[in-house]
Amino acid sequence: MKKQLLAIAHARSGDKGDTANVGLIAKHPKYYPLLVKQVTAARVARHFKGMITGKVERFELPNLRALNFLLHGALDGGGTISLKTDAQGKVFSTALLRMEIEVPR
Amino acid sequence: MTRTIRIAAGQGFWGDWLEAPYRQVTGGPVDYLMMDYLAEVTMSIMQKQRSRDASLGYAKDFIPLMQRILPILVERKIKVTANAGGVNPRACAAAVADAARELGLQGKLKIGVVSGDDLLGRLDGLLARGHTLDNLDTGRPLRDVRDRVLSANAYLGAWPIVDALRQGADIVITGRVTDTGLTLAPLIHAFNWKASDWDLMAAGTVAGHIIECGAQASGGNCLVDWQRIPDLANVGYPIVDAHADGSFDIVKHPRTGGRINVAGVTEQLVYEMGNPREYITPDCVADFTTIQLKQAGKDRVKVSGVRGKPATDKLKVSIAYFYGYKAVGTLVYAWPDALAKAQAADRILRQRLKDLKLDFDAIHTEFVGVDATHGRLARQSMKSADVPEVQLRVGVRARTEAPVDRFTREIAPLILNGPPSVTGFAGGRPKPEEIVAYWPALIDKQVVKPIVEVVEV
Repeated sequence: MKKQLLAIAHARSGDKGDTANVGLIAKHPKYYPLLVKQVTAARVARHFKGMITGKVERFELPNLRALNFLLHGALDGGGTISLKTDAQGKVFSTALLRMEIEVPR
Repeated sequence: MTRTIRIAAGQGFWGDWLEAPYRQVTGGPVDYLMMDYLAEVTMSIMQKQRSRDASLGYAKDFIPLMQRILPILVERKIKVTANAGGVNPRACAAAVADAARELGLQGKLKIGVVSGDDLLGRLDGLLARGHTLDNLDTGRPLRDVRDRVLSANAYLGAWPIVDALRQGADIVITGRVTDTGLTLAPLIHAFNWKASDWDLMAAGTVAGHIIECGAQASGGNCLVDWQRIPDLANVGYPIVDAHADGSFDIVKHPRTGGRINVAGVTEQLVYEMGNPREYITPDCVADFTTIQLKQAGKDRVKVSGVRGKPATDKLKVSIAYFYGYKAVGTLVYAWPDALAKAQAADRILRQRLKDLKLDFDAIHTEFVGVDATHGRLARQSMKSADVPEVQLRVGVRARTEAPVDRFTREIAPLILNGPPSVTGFAGGRPKPEEIVAYWPALIDKQVVKPIVEVVEV
C-alpha cells in the first residue's frame, strides 16, 4: 500500500551555500531497503521539480539506515542572498517526507 | 577503570541559550566546555564591527557569559575551547582577562589565543602568487569580486588549540577554527593522540560534529517522536564522554530535559552533510559510513567504529563580499478569500514595480500559511483554499539600493488602495538591507601559519 515517507522515516536538513541537504532516516531497519529502492535521486528530483534549479545527488549510509540527498540550487542563492523564508533549507527535510512510496503490508 | 574525558557543548551558535554554559559547568562533572560561535557569514558581521571600532569584532556575549562562570571554571579546573574570537581573538582574550582580574583571579588562569586565520590583509599577495581562490560552488576566480571582499579567513583545525593547551592554557579563544576542531583538540591533548592516527582524528571530528550544534543532539529541533521528548524547557546540552581508543558516548547531565537516543543522534549526524564518505576537515577526512551507534543506557548513545583517511593539503577559506541589497515586505489578509486577496495584492504590487521600471535581480513571493516552506507540494495537498488568514511576503534583491528602497515604499499603499481585509503592518516600512554573500574557496595549507599565544592573567 502507498504510504507517506513521514510514516516510515524521519529527516533533518541543512545548507551549504545554495545547496540544501536532506538526511532521510528509516524509523526501523526493515524500511531502509524500501528507501534505497524507491527514493532514488531521480524520484527526488521529480518530487522537487520547479523548486530546485540544479541536480540531485544521493549517498547511502547503511550504518545509520539513512540516505543523504544534496539538492543543488535549492535556496535562491542561499544564505544571505536568498529571499526565501527557509533560506537555509532547514525544513526542506519535511517537504521530502510528503512523498509517497509503496510499503508492503 | 580507564579515564574518560568529558567535553560539554555550551553554545551551538552565536545567540544560543545563555543559560546552557552555566548549566553545563554546574550540572555534573565535565573537563572541557566547548563553545561554537561561528557560522558562514558571522565573520563578515564581525569584520564590519571591527572596522567601526578596532576593539570589537568578536562575540561580545561571550564576555558576560565567561564573567558568570570563570570562578566555577577555576574551582573545578574546567578548560574552555571557543571560537568566540571571530576576527579579533586578541581583543576577545583581553576582555576575558579584564573580567578575570575583576573577579580576583590573577595568577589562576592562562588564556590561549589562536589566530593566523585572517587572510584579508594578505589577499592581494596571495592572488598575485597564483592562489586564485576560485569559488567552490561556481568556479569563478576571486578577482571577479576582489574589490568587494569584506573578510577572508582560513578554517584552522584542532592543532593550534592543542598547542595552546600544551602550553597550559585554561581558556583557548580562537578565530576561524572549524567547529569540530574545538572538540577534537581537547581529545588529542588529553589522550596524546598522534596527527597520523587518522581513525582517532576522525572519531574526534565526529564527536565534534555531534555536539557542535548544542541541543540539536539532545532533543532540540528533533523531528522523530518530537511530542514525547521530555522537558525541553530544561533541556540538557550534549556531552561527549570519550575514551582513549576513540570510542565515546553522547550523554547529558542528570535531572535535565531533552532526550539522547540513536534516532536523534542520527538526525544530527546527517545535518549539513555532503558526501558522507568524505567529511573533510583540516585534521582528517572522516568516513561517516563507518559510524556505529548503539543505545547504551537512558540518554546515552555509544559511538564507535569511526574510520578516517589522511587530511588533504588544502584548507577551506571563508570569504565574505558585498553583493547588493534586499528587502522583504509583509501584509496579512483575513478570511474570507484570504489567499485570493493576498494573490491579488501580489499581482498589483508586481504590476506597479514593473510600471516603475525598477531593475531587480529577483522578486520572490510567498504566501505564508500556504506555501512558504513547502511550495507547490503544499498547495497541491491543500484540502481547501478556505484558510483563515494568509501573510503575503514579497522580497526583492538588486545590485543597487535605489530600486530596493523604492520597493519598500510600495507595501504600505496597498493597505488602502489594494484588496480588502488587510492588517499586520504595525512594524512599519521594511528596511533595505545590505547583502554580504559567502564565497567558499580552498588554499594550500602551507601558506597559512597559525599563531598561538598563551598569557597568564
